[in-house]
Amino acid sequence: MSANAIEIRDLVVDYGSRRILTNISFDIRQGEIMVIMGGSGAGKSTLLRCLLGLKKPTSGHIHMLGTDICHASQAELYKLREKMGVAFQRGALFTSMSVAENIQLPLREHTDLDESTIQIMTRIKLDMVNMLPYEHLMPSELSGGMAKRAALARAIIMDPKLLFFDEPSAGLDPITSAELDELILLLKKSMRMTIVVVTHELESVFAIADRIAILGEGKLIQVGTPEEIRNSSNETIINLLNRTPRENNVDRDTHLERLTKDTQ
Amino acid sequence: MQCNLRSENDYDVLELGGEIDFHYSPDLREHILAPLKEGRPLLIDMENVSYIDSSGIASLVEGFQTAKSAKLAYGLLKISDPALQVLTLTRLDRVFTLYDNAEQFHAQI
Repeated sequence: MSANAIEIRDLVVDYGSRRILTNISFDIRQGEIMVIMGGSGAGKSTLLRCLLGLKKPTSGHIHMLGTDICHASQAELYKLREKMGVAFQRGALFTSMSVAENIQLPLREHTDLDESTIQIMTRIKLDMVNMLPYEHLMPSELSGGMAKRAALARAIIMDPKLLFFDEPSAGLDPITSAELDELILLLKKSMRMTIVVVTHELESVFAIADRIAILGEGKLIQVGTPEEIRNSSNETIINLLNRTPRENNVDRDTHLERLTKDTQ
Repeated sequence: MQCNLRSENDYDVLELGGEIDFHYSPDLREHILAPLKEGRPLLIDMENVSYIDSSGIASLVEGFQTAKSAKLAYGLLKISDPALQVLTLTRLDRVFTLYDNAEQFHAQI
């Protein structure tokens, strides 16, 4: 098998007449933590949706664990999804199920494991995210951080080869955020997971990333190690790392026309 | 997964090898529970385990609980680094009794 878990080639995504991603090409190696980073509107979420097979690109290819997900059959995607875990930003827990039932769902859908094995696996994963005392709670009874940790427990219940994590630190206090970073590093080391994290939390990025892919206005600006990104001379990257507000260059005539168009 | 059960005088040894994931863990569970149900102490040799996922770990945990209820000795022998990493991640390295050699286990029976 290729040393790359994911290969993205010439990816183009349009929403209607708007181009969101332009010719994105890069690889994600097996067993690495790749952080996809960029400002708001850079195209991170769209790229993640494509990687999860939730958005079909306008053109280009994504090879994931050897399967071309842009042209795969439903059966092939189903098989691939057994090897994928996703922790969504707001948890996406089923509100009618308890925390434990949410976490067990992938096991019940995809495996024939014994009930006792399912129960023990659930508690192992809940313990890993410090949620074991709350297995019987309903999602409505959880704080944002707890929902996020429960979502991570569900994402890793099948010991996926590929773990996708959308904004792991958003809305978490610094200690919980640091604990989550530590857990992501342990998962990579112990469970041989390839982990893709979409975030713009700088502290988290440099704590966990093996490599970083930076998007800006729908284009891939640079892929590199944290060191390479830190030393980048690219202006967008420097601004992103220094949290410099985007300069609002205003062309007087264009702006005036925008404000007054169709008013006379 | 490779799985071989052999009997010593006072206990059984289950030798495991290769990759243990949720495709194999139902088998592993059966192999662990069978000697315990016959009242035999069990030592699980994990020297050649190259990978074990949490379903495999869950089978080891269930075996431990079964042994404990039946007051039978139960332990893990020469646990490989990849398996130890998973046990450490799940804090089960502090729960199981880990042995470097079979004589240590035999002395506990």
